[in-house]
Amino acid sequence: MTAPVIAAHGLTKRFGDFTAVDGIDFEVPPGESFGLLGPNGAGKSTTMRMVGAVSQRTAGDLTVLGLDPDSHGPEIRSLLGVVPQEDNLDTELRVRDNLIVYGRYFGIPRSVCATRADELLGFAQLEEKRNAKVDDLSGGMKRRLTIARALINEPRILMLDEPTTGLDPQARHVLWDRLFRLKERGTTLVLTTHYMDEAEQLCDRLVVVDKGKIMAEGSPSALIRQYSTREVVELRFGSERNADAAAQMAGLVERIEVLPDRVLLYAQDGEAVLERVTHLGLHPTTSLVRRSSLEDVFLRLTGRSLIE
Amino acid sequence: MTTTTTEATHKATISSLYARNARSVVARGLKATKSTNWVIVLSGFFEPVFFLLAMGLGLGTFIGDVELPNGTSVSYAAFIAPALLAVSAMNGAVYDSTWNVFFKMHFGKLYDGMLATSLGPLDVAFGEITYALLRGGVYAIGFLTVMQVMGLNLAWTAALAIPAVLLVAFGFASVGMAVTSYMKTFQQMDWINFVMLPMFLFSATFYPITVYPGWIQGLIKALPLWHAVELVRGLTLGVLDGSMLTHVAYFVVMIGLGLAFTTVRLRALFLD
Amino acid sequence: MTTTLPEVATAAAARPRRFGAWYIAEHQLRGMKAYGWTIVVGSVGNPLLYLLGIGLGLAAFLDQPIASGADGLVDYVWFVAPALLATAAVTVAMDEFTFVIMAGFKWRRIFWGMNASPIAPPQVAAGLVISVVLRMLFTCTVYYLLILAFGAVGDPLTGALMPLVGVLGGLAFGLPLMAFSARLTEDKGQFALVNRFIFTPLFLFSGTFFPLATLPTWLQWIGWISPIWHASEIGRTLSYGSPPGAWPVGWHLAILVVLAVVGWVLARRAFVRRLRAG
Repeated sequence: MTAPVIAAHGLTKRFGDFTAVDGIDFEVPPGESFGLLGPNGAGKSTTMRMVGAVSQRTAGDLTVLGLDPDSHGPEIRSLLGVVPQEDNLDTELRVRDNLIVYGRYFGIPRSVCATRADELLGFAQLEEKRNAKVDDLSGGMKRRLTIARALINEPRILMLDEPTTGLDPQARHVLWDRLFRLKERGTTLVLTTHYMDEAEQLCDRLVVVDKGKIMAEGSPSALIRQYSTREVVELRFGSERNADAAAQMAGLVERIEVLPDRVLLYAQDGEAVLERVTHLGLHPTTSLVRRSSLEDVFLRLTGRSLIE
Repeated sequence: MTTTTTEATHKATISSLYARNARSVVARGLKATKSTNWVIVLSGFFEPVFFLLAMGLGLGTFIGDVELPNGTSVSYAAFIAPALLAVSAMNGAVYDSTWNVFFKMHFGKLYDGMLATSLGPLDVAFGEITYALLRGGVYAIGFLTVMQVMGLNLAWTAALAIPAVLLVAFGFASVGMAVTSYMKTFQQMDWINFVMLPMFLFSATFYPITVYPGWIQGLIKALPLWHAVELVRGLTLGVLDGSMLTHVAYFVVMIGLGLAFTTVRLRALFLD
Repeated sequence: MTTTLPEVATAAAARPRRFGAWYIAEHQLRGMKAYGWTIVVGSVGNPLLYLLGIGLGLAAFLDQPIASGADGLVDYVWFVAPALLATAAVTVAMDEFTFVIMAGFKWRRIFWGMNASPIAPPQVAAGLVISVVLRMLFTCTVYYLLILAFGAVGDPLTGALMPLVGVLGGLAFGLPLMAFSARLTEDKGQFALVNRFIFTPLFLFSGTFFPLATLPTWLQWIGWISPIWHASEIGRTLSYGSPPGAWPVGWHLAILVVLAVVGWVLARRAFVRRLRAG
């Protein structure tokens, strides 16, 4: 078993009275794609900043690449690639120059930066935009350029904070494809997201975080198996009638969740449950049978919806 | 027949540029001033006052009186004060019609929101210019009051400096607006300063242009700031002659050309 | 032979640890290239205009000599030239240590990109300062060459130190300003106020156009705290020697150095706090 590239034990970050990260434990072995899933404000970004050696922990142990971020920040950061939540590309430089300038921060010789920049432009599918201004790129292109920039130092760990937030569906898929390729090449990925589909697509393993604490840990499929049923029936009766209907359906399944806009019935066989609902004389305005997802895991663990 | 058609099209394009509602743009400007940046707006008043104190009083001790072309002589402070008033009218109008418009256009995205309503680009242009003039007028009254207290207004005609300053500001603002429509980057905006600085230093602001050789004098007299300085100076010192009409005419023409130019540019930017 | 990850990391971080500030400076200079022509035209055009307009034009209009040096009365253009040069350096500081800092943290956000690299916050601050020093040095050197061309200097040899004095003056003004800018989280027009109520008065009341002693005593303090005045006085001493009764050059130098050092300590701290907050 190889040593983990990130190991956190009792990792804690407090801002005054507020505890953003509350004693979390996790380890990431090399080559794994590891996700932190949770709603906004769960403490994901703070954790990322501590791992990225730009924020000091209040308590607990943390080693990144075998080093303590408090004493070896520059060493750790020289082997990390960071894709921040908000792009911070230099809009006064052209696309290719952004990569070269960033490479220089790592002390990489100019000629090497230039070669790598050209390779990475290929990887990010931005060859045609090499001399474009950053402002003229679409949101998805900017994101890909930021990822290319984070790879200029050939990092051991690539950290992505909400990589596809704010992108349209097509741009998200292009981006996932690129990240999947990195994963195949064996790059260690650490990403935060509040999109369950993203976590399912990209993560080998993830932790569900809420209010600074880890609620559960495992692969996406294992988490679903452990905390949810195989299928879910989503029913809408209209916002006033959902609660009444839920009361009538109480005996049908092992678990019912009533959300403001719909009722969720958790079951192994969704179609069968739906039939029994109809037998009860209930007529939902819409009904849908689907597979359980991480959204359901989160709901089960916290009693709250992931995207609010 | 042909004439009527072109006239009709002309009217159509103008009405699609202009909804006769520039006052709502002015109202927004006043509200924004009141709620956010009134200290900054107020601070603009101090700039010419500082210059007057430093140059008029400080440097003035080494200069003594200035002899005017008509033979009378006035104190150095009385000589430069009207010039500073004209310069601040120019600076304010140029700032409001260039930097301010540029920033709102490219960063604040304010105009996108305005143009999504029934407002046309000309409403926005007129509104911004009117707001700039209101501001310029308030500064002018303030500065003339300072001059009055310091005894630098030598004739009742000084009161006419207020409309004169508005005329000057209108001239610079109308041209500035058109020029800004060509600007795309901050770097290009910097070039505006390169035009303003020589005008500021050489347009009879701090000393009469008679110190220069004839051809330079001719060059300076072609530029707007010289006309502005001479106009305002004539009024505050009470030295009036036919040339005042020339200065006024210069700005009337400048306003006419500037507005025509701005309209053409707005049409090109928003309608084509 | 096995290389452990910590060893790899240590090797990778060696260069950024040593040269990080220079990499930042390199980036900033590359960014300045976008407005390179503005800098060049401004660096040549402004001195030309001021020396012509004030140094010669206004001088022709003066009734009496204004200033004297070690050997008696001096030309007006000799008197204003060092002050104009110092003002040029301070103007660069006003440009580079206000909106550029605000933009780096808030609008362009490029400081956060730098922060994620091996380069440490104090190096980010130092790199910015290095790039501004280079820009000031360029501007001041061009200024001095034009001063030479105008014959606006008494001793061209000692006068050649003027660009360095200008840079020091620029830093004495600019580094405290940088500390201020690095603490601002929102643009509410503070820079416009700095420009109007700090820069403009310092420019006008710093013995720039006439000796400070000419001002009423209650206004002279502006000069005493003004980097422009101290840098101008040193420049004048280098050019034509100081008249009897002037402040010793050492005092002027000491004040400039203290302002710059205090400014740097505060700016460095502001950068560390902001980039390491949270």
